[in-house]
Amino acid sequence: MPALTRSEVEEIALLARLHLEPEELERLERELGVILEHFQTIAAVDTAGVPAMVHAVPMDLRLRVDVAEPSLAAEIALAGAPRREADLLVVPSSIAQPGRTGTGTEP
Amino acid sequence: MSFAFWSAADTARRVAAGEVTAAQITEAQLARIGAIDGELGAFLAIDADGARAAAADVDRRRAANQPIGPLAGVPIALKDVLVTRGLATTAGSKILEGWIPPYDAHVVERLRAADAIILGKVNCDEFAMGSSTENSAYRKTRNPWNAERVPGGSSGGSSASVAAGLCAASLGTDTGGSIRQPAAFCGVVGLKPTYGRVSRWGVVAFASSLDQVGPVTRTVADAALVLQAIAGFDPRDSTSLEAPVPRLVDELTGDVRGLRIGLPQEYFEAMDDDVRAAIVRTAAALVERGAETVDLSLPHTGLALAAYYLIAPAEASSNLARFDGVRYGKRVEAADLTEMYARTRGAGFGPEVKRRIMLGTYALRSGYYDAYYKKAQQIRTLIKRDFDRAFKYCDVILTPTTPTPAFAFGAKATPYEMYLADVFTLSCNLAGLPGISVPCGLAGDGLPIGAQLLGRALDEATLLRAAAVIEAAVGLGERRPTAIGGAA
Repeated sequence: MPALTRSEVEEIALLARLHLEPEELERLERELGVILEHFQTIAAVDTAGVPAMVHAVPMDLRLRVDVAEPSLAAEIALAGAPRREADLLVVPSSIAQPGRTGTGTEP
Repeated sequence: MSFAFWSAADTARRVAAGEVTAAQITEAQLARIGAIDGELGAFLAIDADGARAAAADVDRRRAANQPIGPLAGVPIALKDVLVTRGLATTAGSKILEGWIPPYDAHVVERLRAADAIILGKVNCDEFAMGSSTENSAYRKTRNPWNAERVPGGSSGGSSASVAAGLCAASLGTDTGGSIRQPAAFCGVVGLKPTYGRVSRWGVVAFASSLDQVGPVTRTVADAALVLQAIAGFDPRDSTSLEAPVPRLVDELTGDVRGLRIGLPQEYFEAMDDDVRAAIVRTAAALVERGAETVDLSLPHTGLALAAYYLIAPAEASSNLARFDGVRYGKRVEAADLTEMYARTRGAGFGPEVKRRIMLGTYALRSGYYDAYYKKAQQIRTLIKRDFDRAFKYCDVILTPTTPTPAFAFGAKATPYEMYLADVFTLSCNLAGLPGISVPCGLAGDGLPIGAQLLGRALDEATLLRAAAVIEAAVGLGERRPTAIGGAA
């Protein structure tokens, strides 16, 4: 599987919603290739019939009664938002609009 | 009067007895931070007002003969991945610069309820990803024993601040060794509890199936005291265990007669000679006091590093998706939503976090899941089975915490070399077991060495009992850091 190609690194960055500069792409192409090469040790291990471990300690997911409980007031919960209007989080349009830089105030 | 190296237990006892006030201790520690931390670099935020108010409240209640908590007046620092109401929390990342959390983590609530004095937030590798605290976006934290060496990581601010007497205790988090490794490097005690023992509510998530909060202290008894305060069921964490917590302080009987100490051969293959000699001395000291050693094998140990560095980044890549510039933290404006996400994350995350997000996204991507993430989880089962088998023949497992004492800044030239620093601590997290690092002597160059004990799930009591015996037999005693903060 390794080594990685530049286009694979770019595809992963896209999936991760991570903007990377050209020098970062170049470095990651090299570094991830080396790391993944080391990890090939596990490929050869016979794990047929071995269950995947999901929880470190055996436990069942708990359910609670579906009743509303007190939570943070909107004003407090939204206090750290980079951009908001009233109780709403404001984000740029999901489709780019020419000449705009996502001020979030589209009509 | 200096309170710098008073233990947490001593401090609480003397405050309760009226020998000293919480305000006196708090003022002294704030002054000490002001004098020393410029060089040490442990703190990211200091909550002087909050600490003074908490101390005044303790003193007022004590004067009025009202109840005070088991950590009354004890100065504590929190790793900056634990959210604190009204006090900046960065996780060592620029993406959270300036963010003020609206609530306290469960463990912070518990410490406040126990009347601990929270002095502030301490440095760590960004999002707890690293083994030297060099990945912090904010500052360099130095090792109090040698200012040219790293304090370890990711809880480097925790271990450095405790070792240098800036606080009596600190809370760290441990995903692959991030409490135990820095504790070993700084000559203090670090305990990673059983997965689920301590609530993760309000912990900035790194790898959710591995993360645990635990104490960093100067004595084993203090580790028991602090763990007692933070452990126990919390319905807000779906993986919190509904198991009773024993009176841990009462478990420190000093008696290890008949205790079976497992020595796994895979942990004694590659390490510094000084580290090997210290662990051999530690085992001998336990045997002298009536324990017995059992040679054993944990055959899948060699696979732990690969399994860990697939599982942890995979979970991190998912957990860190929340940092997108929408609800809190940094935002870089862009023409459309997807670009805004990408630009924000590209500007906000540092190199190691990006590397792990990329690694994790690679491992989880369609078509690769079975070969990487699922395979790693199957290896995890094999590692857990190794421990299950070993604990039929022994009660605790003794290993070195790290292959070497603290290394120099910049010494790990590649990411993979840095990952190898965790080689002895990772398996414990993969298996969900409790582990503790306790100082067991100094290397020839004067740097501390840590002995690691691993125990059965929920058996922190036996770990603490054995660790206290190691502390008494081969610990550092009254020896203090030689570079920064050693003088009271």
